Amino acid sequence: MSILINKDTKIIVQGLTGKTGTFHTEQALAYHNTQMVAGTHPKKGGETWSSADGTTLPLFTTVAEAKAETGANASVIYVPPAGAAAAIIEAIDAGIELITCITEGVPVQDMVKVKEKLDASSSRLIGPNCPGLLTPEECKIGIMPSSIFRKGSVGVLSRSGTLTYEAVFQTSNAGLGQSTAVGIGGDPVKGTEFIDVLDMFLSDEETQSIIMIGEIGGSAEEEAAQFLIDEAKKGRSKPTVGFIAGRTSPPGRTMGHAGAVISGGKGGAEDKIAALEEAGVSVSPSPAQLGETLVKLLG
Amino acid sequence: MNIHEYQAKQVLKGFGAPVANGVALTSLDQAEAAVDALPGPVWVVKSQIHAGGRGKGKFKELGDDAKGGVRVSFSREEALANIHEMFGKTLVTNQTGASGKQVNRLYIEDGADIDRELYLSILVDRETGKVSFVVSTEGGMDIETVAHDTPEKITTIGITASQGCTDQDAAALADALALDGSARDQGMALFKTLYTAFTEKDMSLLEINPLIVTKANDVQVLDAKVSFDGNALFRHPDIMELRDLTEEDEKEIEASKYDLAYIALDGEIGCMVNGAGLAMATMDIIKLYGAEPANFLDVGGGATTEKVTAAFKIITADDNVKGILVNIFGGIMRCDVIAEGVVQAAKDVQLTVPLVVRLEGTRVEEGKAILAESGLNLIPANDLDDAAQKIVKAVKG
Repeated sequence: MSILINKDTKIIVQGLTGKTGTFHTEQALAYHNTQMVAGTHPKKGGETWSSADGTTLPLFTTVAEAKAETGANASVIYVPPAGAAAAIIEAIDAGIELITCITEGVPVQDMVKVKEKLDASSSRLIGPNCPGLLTPEECKIGIMPSSIFRKGSVGVLSRSGTLTYEAVFQTSNAGLGQSTAVGIGGDPVKGTEFIDVLDMFLSDEETQSIIMIGEIGGSAEEEAAQFLIDEAKKGRSKPTVGFIAGRTSPPGRTMGHAGAVISGGKGGAEDKIAALEEAGVSVSPSPAQLGETLVKLLG
Repeated sequence: MNIHEYQAKQVLKGFGAPVANGVALTSLDQAEAAVDALPGPVWVVKSQIHAGGRGKGKFKELGDDAKGGVRVSFSREEALANIHEMFGKTLVTNQTGASGKQVNRLYIEDGADIDRELYLSILVDRETGKVSFVVSTEGGMDIETVAHDTPEKITTIGITASQGCTDQDAAALADALALDGSARDQGMALFKTLYTAFTEKDMSLLEINPLIVTKANDVQVLDAKVSFDGNALFRHPDIMELRDLTEEDEKEIEASKYDLAYIALDGEIGCMVNGAGLAMATMDIIKLYGAEPANFLDVGGGATTEKVTAAFKIITADDNVKGILVNIFGGIMRCDVIAEGVVQAAKDVQLTVPLVVRLEGTRVEEGKAILAESGLNLIPANDLDDAAQKIVKAVKG
């Protein structure tokens, strides 16, 4: 088992014909034959996309058409920021189960509109502004560098893309490997939060421990800590290591004053670390010791 | 992106919000015309800087007993005297830092007959994913203090995007602010106007503190602070024109030209990292090993050789930089692109400080090969820990 994606996941690429979409689709195809089944482009329906080594994928005008023709249940979005929200909404309307938006720089109010639509649907969105997700030796959606992964037992989740890679790299080096790694993205309004993924990791048999990486701003880490406390009372818990980036960041550069008010004064690194420790999470003081801290915790 | 109070008021006025009449001046030659353009008998002279706390702020060049950055004047002569005393001086507030900000623009406004001061802001609430109003009857003071001491006096109302600010939302806001009679009618119209302005212009924060009720029971926007979502500026060329570059750090302006996220800090180790989280974590680990970062710099996901070169030049332009740490974990970013950029930039700027490079991820072997073949005198690092230790050692000895 794993969470969200496995070898049966069939993926449509929205924005396949661009440079980024092409490069990362080639990488995904090369990763244990991830089932990339089609691409979409409003003007290139009926044409064919070819990778550097000659693999071809059919292009469709719409996501709905691509889904009907290929039986895809997931999509990944590489379209530029101005069109990203429309791409997500198209995928929601087409009934795609798992939508991953890699695009960085999506206007936040576009995401407010997406969020309303998403909440009323049965689709799950990962991102935007995220590296995607990967289940080792089965499926890769997004832009994570596959060479650092190793099949194993650690569930990795993170708000920061590149810190996800650190956690993956370090758990691979420690010999633990990963069940699934999920980068939920760092934007203020996003499809999936820490608690959604923590819930899945707690239920997943293959996941025996968890690394969760947060950062300053907002209160998602505090909510995650409360969730872990509540679940532990129900007997659901797994050894968890945490890290909060931004301990030394200057205040006021990332958070507006009113933003701090609305989250009840939360958002600083020390508060988040305290909340996680309260929930029994071993918080690593250094981003370079995530793997080590977990190995120690597991004894 | 932030704008000045007077610009914010012009934007809001354009949507029909009740704002006092006022005139901005950018040179002392304009002082008399500005004062004479308003009827009096009360003129308010307001410093225009991108920071709050102006009223309680102090001018560096003036004595401790001098008045603050917002001054109520009861005659034409007093207004002119205030303008001459304030213009060009350095205002230090609780938000500017000790160095303060030079006042290069003043805003002269009609005085208002204030009965009550209220607080109103609109922002995107990351917990609910909705645009939300935050209001309080306790206006004119620091809202964080109100939130801390008397949280029951703050009301938050989330707006459903597909419906906009409804009559019901507006009525709930009017109730929370205890508006009645004409002020209630005006307030309900104003809330909808402000919501329209917030969404149409892609604002990230709209803060009116205070929103006032006059003795004639009219509502008026007395102060206004507006920030815009940088990711949405591409669709608002009119807003981009309001940017005041004198309010921003020169290196940050240069960085923004190349779409780099850069924040200048006070330390000695320049950092170039991909991803905001890893950039912050790199700063954290530098500090953990006893040194201080000179900057936050996220080269982002879609970096080109040109962008990396620009990043390098910005970092080395800072005289405090005694060493540079490049930390790249490539996903969307390819290590070979970073390596080419580093090589190109190091040649261009004739690097004289130690350079530690840590590359990992997509196309790492190609990247390492480019660095090795370049003949550059750099220190390769195996991982994040190794990189941080090496750069701190190179700088601190």
